[in-house]
Amino acid sequence: MTHPTDRVRRHGRRSRPVRRGSPTPAGAARRRGVTVLRLLLVALFTAGLATLTPGLAQAEQAASEQVTGTLRTSLSGPLEDVEVVVTDAGGDEVGTDETDENGRFAVDLPGPGEYTVTVPEDALPEGVEFNAGNSRTVTVDAGRTQGVIIGLDDGTRGAGGGTIRWVELLVSGLRFGLLIAMAAIGLSLIFGTTGLVNFAHGELVTIGAVVAWFINVGAGVPLIVSALLAMLVGAGIGALNELGLWRPLRRRGTGLVAALVISIGLSLLLRYLYQIVYGGRSNAYADYRGQRTVDYGPFSMTNKDLTSMIIALVVLVLVAVMLQRTTIGKAMRAVSDNRDLAASSGINVNRVILVVWMVGGALAALGGVLLGLSDEVQWDMGFRLLLLMFAGVTLGGLGTAYGALIGSIVVGVFVQMSTLVIPNDMKYVGGLLLLIVILIVRPQGILGSRARIG
Amino acid sequence: MAELLDALAVALKAGIGFQAVFFALLAIGLNIQFGYTGLLNFGQIAFALLGGYGIAISVSQWGLPFWVGVLIGLAAAVVLALLLGIPTLRLRADYLAIATIAAAEGLRLTFRSVSATPVTAGTRGLSGFSDPFVSLAPWDPAARFRILGTTWSGADLWVTLVGWVLVALACLLVWLLVRSPWGRVVKSIREDEDAVRALGKNVYVYKMQALVLGGVLGALGGMVYAVGTASATPDQYQNANTFLAYAALILGGAARVLGPVIGAMLLYFIIQFADTGLRTLIGNGVIPEDLLSATDVAQIRFVLIGLGLILLLIFRPQGIFGDRREVMLDAR
Repeated sequence: MTHPTDRVRRHGRRSRPVRRGSPTPAGAARRRGVTVLRLLLVALFTAGLATLTPGLAQAEQAASEQVTGTLRTSLSGPLEDVEVVVTDAGGDEVGTDETDENGRFAVDLPGPGEYTVTVPEDALPEGVEFNAGNSRTVTVDAGRTQGVIIGLDDGTRGAGGGTIRWVELLVSGLRFGLLIAMAAIGLSLIFGTTGLVNFAHGELVTIGAVVAWFINVGAGVPLIVSALLAMLVGAGIGALNELGLWRPLRRRGTGLVAALVISIGLSLLLRYLYQIVYGGRSNAYADYRGQRTVDYGPFSMTNKDLTSMIIALVVLVLVAVMLQRTTIGKAMRAVSDNRDLAASSGINVNRVILVVWMVGGALAALGGVLLGLSDEVQWDMGFRLLLLMFAGVTLGGLGTAYGALIGSIVVGVFVQMSTLVIPNDMKYVGGLLLLIVILIVRPQGILGSRARIG
Repeated sequence: MAELLDALAVALKAGIGFQAVFFALLAIGLNIQFGYTGLLNFGQIAFALLGGYGIAISVSQWGLPFWVGVLIGLAAAVVLALLLGIPTLRLRADYLAIATIAAAEGLRLTFRSVSATPVTAGTRGLSGFSDPFVSLAPWDPAARFRILGTTWSGADLWVTLVGWVLVALACLLVWLLVRSPWGRVVKSIREDEDAVRALGKNVYVYKMQALVLGGVLGALGGMVYAVGTASATPDQYQNANTFLAYAALILGGAARVLGPVIGAMLLYFIIQFADTGLRTLIGNGVIPEDLLSATDVAQIRFVLIGLGLILLLIFRPQGIFGDRREVMLDAR
């Protein structure tokens, strides 16, 4: 009764590997598979266009048949001046063509029937090989232009590639860890300044992703602008959290355990509201879809993944500089360290906490957008990330900003690299197990102090 | 009006059905942990999952007798409680909360993963394990009974009856325990751990006992639920259910023997009434379809629970029957 059937279905879908998405190693392998698929689709699409245009042109003339196709790979781009030979069912040559600067070829045929398109083995440039044979046999109907796909391998996929699996996992783990860190810094700072373990922090991540999705897909605004707007909304919601709920509760003297349960209630409330408003599906943003992976030697990644890594890194450095150099940053660390002492030395604690909430909300929202960019947007993406944020924050030491940073990166790398030994759909379990192991071995975390835990 | 009566009848059935038993048992377990001892177990649903799957896997996959399955489920719950308790019970309250919620989500993901499919049958889940139990019913399990305008199958009625007997026994156990010296120690741990330690009590051991006992009750709840639905799928054991149980506990009143039971019945009645009522209103066109569709109603219950938890804790943390002084809401 507590699990409506439609929700079960959605969960089933969520775990379907393709949706699960990119930061995984098998995901990376799959991404490469997807890249090939997209390549084929592009080829097919071009062939489709080719079908339309000549079809129109030739409608005025006598209806004739043609085979067309495109030779290209993600690494080498279009292959120019490659010879293509077309033979009929009897093995007699009916025509040849050389690919143009776009890698296109087109050969006119004498009539409908079965034809074989062959690319000579030695015609390909260095480093490009055939995926499965150098010829393809197609059946061409009367008056039709038939697209032909000849699979090519440029070494960026499959076992023959130069990528090393653990390096690839390490890089995608770093990327994932940076995302976790971005969301977790707010969680840790809020805990440090107010003592609240905010179980609704994941919902700040989701709201960022969802708001950006509505602005990007619904209103057609570019994703970068949408992300900035989503950060503003995230900061606003963080402020609303503090001003509308937690500050009045602190004034009432609500205990920390009560606050914990209230944050759980808030998390449930928001999470299922998102599901009603946004729906149970997962959706991608309108921009930066279907990017090809770029080879960097031992690893490969898409440009959007690389960009989100850089963005995360820059933002985290900025946060660190803010904490280290600016007055408000110093005040944050002071309040986090000892609230009463900070208050008595003239720091406006409530204002600092408000800023912490706003910064935390904006960072979480940005993390959500970047996560949605690589994994698609889902109504409960934040909650699933929350548990890994807890793992990261606990590992680094509850309440310390830099601890959250280091811990999150370790957790991200651990989660991704654990797929070397455990199946892909179990990788989050590995992260949660890590959390429990940390609690046994070093409960105060890497940078935490012993006094806080007991 | 007839529809309203129908909705009331459906809600009444839910309020005394095996789902209410499920939440009552989860909430009684939480009452021992949270209400009396002050432990924050946010993964109660993991114990229920182990209970339900203990029976399901033993009977359906391994071909063991039903009662062996019950023992396996209970043993698994004890092991989980020990695993979670050993690292976290020495630490502050929120560490246990984080570890338990992580364990619950991790277990659910493990049980629904592809690699566990040979044992757990993945997301499809297991079924066909409840027959040995249902056939014990003194009446025909396939027969239909009409009670107060609702229809019950013989099997439902039997599971529900046994479930309420379990709830009664659990309440008796809690009543006896909290009147005993054990109960006084546990309650003092909730109030002031250091004072208890100063009196020479081993706080860690008492906390562990409370965690294990509450977990075992949670496992029993999971068993009632699995047998009642005659299936065990991982997504029955969503972590949101833990917080439904918390809501039931806090609504009824924590640290009261009957608080969680009344809370669970009332909560389930409210949820089901809202559910059926909303569906009826949407069906009649009173609520326009584009504002709220029938498929969204299933989510509304969690929104309501979330809102209810917030409001209860802010304005009436002791719930209906609780004593404000007894409700453990301060963290160390």
